[in-house]
Amino acid sequence: MKYVIIGNSAAGIGAVEGIRQVDGKGEITLISNEPYHTYSRPLISYLLLGKVTEEKMKYRSDDFYEKNKVRFLHATATGVDAKEKQVVLDGGERIPFDKLLVATGSSAFVPPFEGLDSVKDKFTFMCLDDAQNLDKALGKDKRVLIIGAGLIGLKCAEGILKKVANITVIDLAPRILSSILNDEGAGIVQRHLERKGIKFRPSCGVKSFNGNTAVLDDDEKIGFDILVLAVGVRPNTALLNGIAKIERGIVVNEKSETSAPDIYAAGDCTQTVDVSSGQNKIMALLPNAYMQGESAGFSMAGSEKSFAKAIPMNAIGFFGLHVITAGNYTGDVYSKTAGNDYKRLFYSDNKLNGYILIGDVEKAGIYTSLIRERTPLDKIDFALVCEKPGLMAFTKEERAAKLS
Amino acid sequence: MKRVYVNEKWCLGCHLCEYQCAFAGTNGKDMARSLKNIKINPKIKIEEKDGVSFAVSCRHCHEPLCVKGCITGAFSVSGGVITIDHNRCVSCYTCILSCPYGAISPSDDGAVQKCELCVKTIKGTPACVEGCPNGAIVFEERG
Repeated sequence: MKYVIIGNSAAGIGAVEGIRQVDGKGEITLISNEPYHTYSRPLISYLLLGKVTEEKMKYRSDDFYEKNKVRFLHATATGVDAKEKQVVLDGGERIPFDKLLVATGSSAFVPPFEGLDSVKDKFTFMCLDDAQNLDKALGKDKRVLIIGAGLIGLKCAEGILKKVANITVIDLAPRILSSILNDEGAGIVQRHLERKGIKFRPSCGVKSFNGNTAVLDDDEKIGFDILVLAVGVRPNTALLNGIAKIERGIVVNEKSETSAPDIYAAGDCTQTVDVSSGQNKIMALLPNAYMQGESAGFSMAGSEKSFAKAIPMNAIGFFGLHVITAGNYTGDVYSKTAGNDYKRLFYSDNKLNGYILIGDVEKAGIYTSLIRERTPLDKIDFALVCEKPGLMAFTKEERAAKLS
Repeated sequence: MKRVYVNEKWCLGCHLCEYQCAFAGTNGKDMARSLKNIKINPKIKIEEKDGVSFAVSCRHCHEPLCVKGCITGAFSVSGGVITIDHNRCVSCYTCILSCPYGAISPSDDGAVQKCELCVKTIKGTPACVEGCPNGAIVFEERG
């Protein structure tokens, strides 16, 4: 059996580990357009912060490819020949496959701003090369403008704050982290970041760039030396254009099969069902990518491991303030605010839909599990679990099943 | 593999397991001396309410969401035992987000911590089990 995996990040690595749990012998070729040993992309901000080294960014041990008998190929896949079952590389070489996994991830979305070409030092912040290029441009006298107050833009800000003169973050949305926080929660995190020295311009767009100046929607001008574009990401789906069904991302089922035979997809390039809302969406998150990749590996090797409990979920911290969120924020709300700790639980129809925890995040996984498992809330002591997440909220029989 | 199991029927709520756990983590010889003036931060924790109490620690799941979800690869499984490489943990708390038992918590060294069945301690066997005065925590092979 010839397995080919395109992508060397969480989903691709998950697939290798999935395949090898089922098939110890088949040939695995992993194609990566980066020359590096598999590394953790979310760690690029920690690299700039000095909290990790490139060595410590490795997602798996040095002997990973050897141990798993993986042929590592540094090349860019430019096409898939579904009929001949071959992957076409940039040099023209063709790699035959019996089972193919597309785990191509996502790319930074750069809007067509007027005058963007006139900006000399502009960066996206997705991969190791981006971080290294940005790092070279940093300096104590540099003013940084970050477009996008999402997870990527703000982790970048945290990573470089100590190395630059100042940072301004602007976003079209009225609040920061708009995809994972409500107004109140965003306010807490924003004030925390402002106390550290980061400036924000919410509800604000850029009309155009002119060299080192950004002209905002209201015609105000902001001068900067370094521009970071963190507006959003787009799934890398192009390889399967015309081959498999693509909506916003590559469409896969819970076995990670695409609509094309023997072609699978996993990770940020796919869209999957969010079980908290039942909606199909792109959940570009590392844990989901790994588990979906592992599920794909099982399927490719002829076994089965369903990946059917995906929900949006994020654990993120800025300068020691931790934020954990999951699910969606619809339904009735349980609220608790105590000092710097902020908790909101969202529930309806006897199910927990989502939560936001800021500060005290102890045992957050109990809530995550209630969402993922769609646990009927009348079967647990919901009032207790709202107050204090724990196994105590479950029935005696459930507790015994979990602990014995 | 052998795992730690608890039976709440026998739990006295004495919290000795928490102290044994913290003591094992110090690799010291004398509990009183090792834990003097220390606010313990154990990897096993008692939950209690209305006369019911029980200890909760890592279940070493067959399908460990902490291992699969770890963004750095700091978690690994060896012989069924899930351990954390503290040097590779950046305390992002994705594991705290993921663990359905609430068994992972921040440690005092900047990483996260959880029960590792005492495999890294001098003794090598779970201290909470040995220290439980009422047999409410056991270390057994149950399949």
